[in-house]
Amino acid sequence: MSNSFIIGQYVPGSSIVHRLDPRTKITIIFFFVIIIFFANNLLSYGVLAFFALLSMFTTKIKISYILKGLKPVWFIVIFTFILHLLVTKDGEVLFSIFSFEVYSGALYKGLEISLRFTLLILMTSLLTLTTTPISITDGVESMLNPLRKIHFPVHELALMMSISLRFIPTLMQETEKISKAQASRGVDFRTGKMKERIKAVVPLLVPLFVSAFKRAEELAMAMEARGYNGGEGRTKFRELKLQRVDAFIFIFSALILVVFFFTRV
Amino acid sequence: MDIIFNKVSHIYQPNTPFEFKALENVSFHIQSGSYVAIIGHTGSGKSTLIQHLNGLVKPTSGEVKIGDYVITPEKKLKDVMTLREKVGIVFQYPEHQLFEETVEKDISFGPQNFNIAQEVVQKRIPELLKAVQLPENILQRSPFDLSGGQMRRVAIAGVLVMDPKILVLDEPTAGLDPRGQKEIMDMFYRVHQEEERTTILVTHSMEDALKYADHVIIMDHGKVYMEGPPLEIFKDQEALNNVGLDIPEVIQFLNKLESKFHISIPFRGQSVEQLGKEVAEAFKRGDKSE
Repeated sequence: MSNSFIIGQYVPGSSIVHRLDPRTKITIIFFFVIIIFFANNLLSYGVLAFFALLSMFTTKIKISYILKGLKPVWFIVIFTFILHLLVTKDGEVLFSIFSFEVYSGALYKGLEISLRFTLLILMTSLLTLTTTPISITDGVESMLNPLRKIHFPVHELALMMSISLRFIPTLMQETEKISKAQASRGVDFRTGKMKERIKAVVPLLVPLFVSAFKRAEELAMAMEARGYNGGEGRTKFRELKLQRVDAFIFIFSALILVVFFFTRV
Repeated sequence: MDIIFNKVSHIYQPNTPFEFKALENVSFHIQSGSYVAIIGHTGSGKSTLIQHLNGLVKPTSGEVKIGDYVITPEKKLKDVMTLREKVGIVFQYPEHQLFEETVEKDISFGPQNFNIAQEVVQKRIPELLKAVQLPENILQRSPFDLSGGQMRRVAIAGVLVMDPKILVLDEPTAGLDPRGQKEIMDMFYRVHQEEERTTILVTHSMEDALKYADHVIIMDHGKVYMEGPPLEIFKDQEALNNVGLDIPEVIQFLNKLESKFHISIPFRGQSVEQLGKEVAEAFKRGDKSE
């Protein structure tokens, strides 16, 4: 399991994208996700793809690594593409395989959806590749701040987010450790009938839950011991501040947006 | 069963920014029936090394031989269960692996997986409980109701019950009280001698290495830094200090004795009591070269 990795696991670096304020990145990606559904011709997709590729290159992360991270989602992209080929019946018949007729509209639609998917995933994974989970949480907390007026527990939500993010690697390590210990005691996770394999998960899950609960209790105790009592009146160690780069990138993105709306039909 | 590592390297997450060389060109030969201590700092590759011993991980390059079972990077592991039955590993904090409803069920979990007959297991359990010093009435209790030390002993029994030919111990006494540590280490030593087992102990304790091992391998940054009989290894204080390790207290004491009082008492593995007598005698004789 140490050989596998999470999609978009943070890669330390010092590129412009790394140095951007998390709020800038979140805002841009939020709009990118909406705007991608407004693209309706080749040129407008081209503008969006250009923006995505440009962002990708400025991160200075190895392209092969980014693409490798996208590996698990290729399946979904290809699956939706094929689904479109089979289901959509627009335009003229291009060719037929085994009495299945493939329409030109289906091909176009399939390609469009796949492209949308790829761009979406690429952009969002750029966010997590260049931003530590902690600063993403900080960004989200600061952006949700106005909701405090309607008594929405912003701080608590952010805390829950950062705690769960913090413990993902820990739990993964724990899982690996326990599965190795049980494998040494003769548990076979990989082969055997479905029923046996499901049964093999019990010796893994029970200890995992036990330790997760224990850990949660210890964490709560440690927080209380240090006088934690919620977000009221709490100052921040890492204060977010918009820099000149952020302004520059905002303006640049706005320009791209304008260009984009001119290219639409 | 002999254990042979031949130029073994292991790389985690190759070709990513997180690439990490855990082992580099590690070669050694462990004779059947010996007690080997593997010492090194955190991150020196000890844990990765022992995971090669029962095929939990495969080398990235090189070859591992355990008896006549060969692990190479290219070949898929065949009948890895036969290997795991012979190599028992007690991991760090083994109590984390407990999961059954009763202690008895948890101890018999391993043998069940290896299709060892229930009667054989039933026969082994009373002896085992005696060895790990647990009362018989513990068998029907839930392992989660026990104290930390008792849980540790149950988990250890769960590995010993498979009667492995090679016993691998990864800091088996971490977090126990001093008395528990000594009891457990003595128990492993008895088990080692009685059954002519090969024992591999990963430890930070130089004292344990000196007391029990007949061969020491010092690891540093994924490489074998030093290797040899403990008495020889612990002669070279400087080399050990270079990798942030120290020599056992007993030897440190004797070295100081020599430099301060010019009394030289060679260390041959005497007990502390015996050494005390020798030191007292030396003083009585006025054994000074001044």
